[in-house]
Amino acid sequence: MSREQLTLFTLLLPAGIFFGAFFLLPMARLLLVGGSGQTGFAAYAAIVTDAGYFSSLVSTLALAAATTVITLVVSGIAGVFLQRNDFPGRPALVAMLTLPLAFPGVVIGFMVIVLAGRQGLIGSLTLALINEKVVFAYSMAGLLMGYVYFSIPRTILTVMATAEKLDPRLEEAARSLGATPWQVVRDVIIPGLKPALISAGAICFATAMGAFGTAFTLATRINVLPMVIYTEFTLQANIAMAAALSFVLGAVTWLVLALARTAAGASVAAAG
Amino acid sequence: MIRRGSLFFVQLAFALVVCAFLIVPVLLSILAGLTVNYQVGISSGLTLRWVLEVWNGYRDTMLLSVGLALACLVVTLLLGVPAAYVLARRQSRLTRFFEELLVMPVAIPGLATALALIVTYGSVGGLRTSWVFILIGHVLFTLPFMVRSVLAVMLAIDLKTLEEGAASLGASFRRRFFDIVLPNCRSGIVAGSLMVLTLSIGEFNMTWLLHTPLNKTLPVGLADAYASLRFEIGSAYTLVFFIMIVPLLLAMQRAARPRPVKSSIIKDEE
Repeated sequence: MSREQLTLFTLLLPAGIFFGAFFLLPMARLLLVGGSGQTGFAAYAAIVTDAGYFSSLVSTLALAAATTVITLVVSGIAGVFLQRNDFPGRPALVAMLTLPLAFPGVVIGFMVIVLAGRQGLIGSLTLALINEKVVFAYSMAGLLMGYVYFSIPRTILTVMATAEKLDPRLEEAARSLGATPWQVVRDVIIPGLKPALISAGAICFATAMGAFGTAFTLATRINVLPMVIYTEFTLQANIAMAAALSFVLGAVTWLVLALARTAAGASVAAAG
Repeated sequence: MIRRGSLFFVQLAFALVVCAFLIVPVLLSILAGLTVNYQVGISSGLTLRWVLEVWNGYRDTMLLSVGLALACLVVTLLLGVPAAYVLARRQSRLTRFFEELLVMPVAIPGLATALALIVTYGSVGGLRTSWVFILIGHVLFTLPFMVRSVLAVMLAIDLKTLEEGAASLGASFRRRFFDIVLPNCRSGIVAGSLMVLTLSIGEFNMTWLLHTPLNKTLPVGLADAYASLRFEIGSAYTLVFFIMIVPLLLAMQRAARPRPVKSSIIKDEE
């Protein structure tokens, strides 16, 4: 028995050493560096005491919340529909909806520019229709669009996987008891999807909080925390502040995911 | 014949609009990368000029990204598969805590992880300027996907019975691991490997801080091109990226699809 334990321990060791040396140790170091600036460990409070950082935090949270709500509504409707109905072309539609699953943030940023940038589709269409060129790629609205774009494929997959396990007889029972379609959605489908919605929503939220590539591609002056951290680090060379802010950002994101996992139960692990 | 209500068509239209939102920019950027002048439109003619310019100017970023992705795959296989096996065999509080820890680099923004690596190892010898520095970041980020993918399959099959059977026939641990465990979780290893390759090729959040001017990966080159070069070149570069990544994504979709149950009634289409 102890020999088996030794074998298992040996097998886990390489991953453990790697993780300890290149994640746990650096994270501990980051925590210390964050407190090494002029203000010491008060830097960790700056995110709420400093008006500038606080406004970035608020706008980042608002952006993440908006991304989550829009993505869940859109993917919830599309995902349940695709799981419940079979029609010619459905596999192709599902394949296309999940294709951008692993596009990196920079490419997502470029997709937003292609749609809503200076040479974008929306600009050309609005110029032709209302004689005014609508360009919103290089702003918070563009960033929101990018994060929704990024989150839809993953969320649709999660919703479809969960909708598959819902019992259609519950909906039939509700209908036969006289429930309106909206009541069926509100009282049967949404509660059934709740764990999936919570876990997928938490991932949307965390992505929108911490992603960097999309904002970087669109405009460096968008006032979100990852951009502030990047600016502190490279332009201001204020490494202590950058470290403190990124540690706080990391802690907040991790907390959101951990809370969602507790709220949604074990199913989050499978969906993550 | 299935009767479709109006609700069906409203929902179908909605799904098509969402699909257009995702796919139209991809198609437009592909088109822009092949058009002489995107502002003028397709009437200006099609050309491979931009793609060639990207190939000549940014070839090394593509090679570095492919090399990094393969190195990352090797490391995640060596670290991740044994780790997944241990987690599958010992479902205790301690191993669950380990799994939880392992996922942290995915939950925590890449920017924070990269900064942590820089403040810790930034001044260590040649590491800062080496591509290995980027590799470390990529392994941190992709390892959880490999572990989870393999672990999911290991938990789904009855590993214990299989192994006990082999052990009772006198198979050593090494033999059991390579001849019983690995072949049985092949689907998880394949899915995990595709995920690792895809994520490594596309990783930007960490790589942007970890790279040096001599070690630019494809997404770093993309960011450069978007910021400083004309729209058509950025598009052509994106097109090259799509050519590299779409086969991986399609393979991933195939691997994720549940295998059809073989039976004498259902015709086997394979």
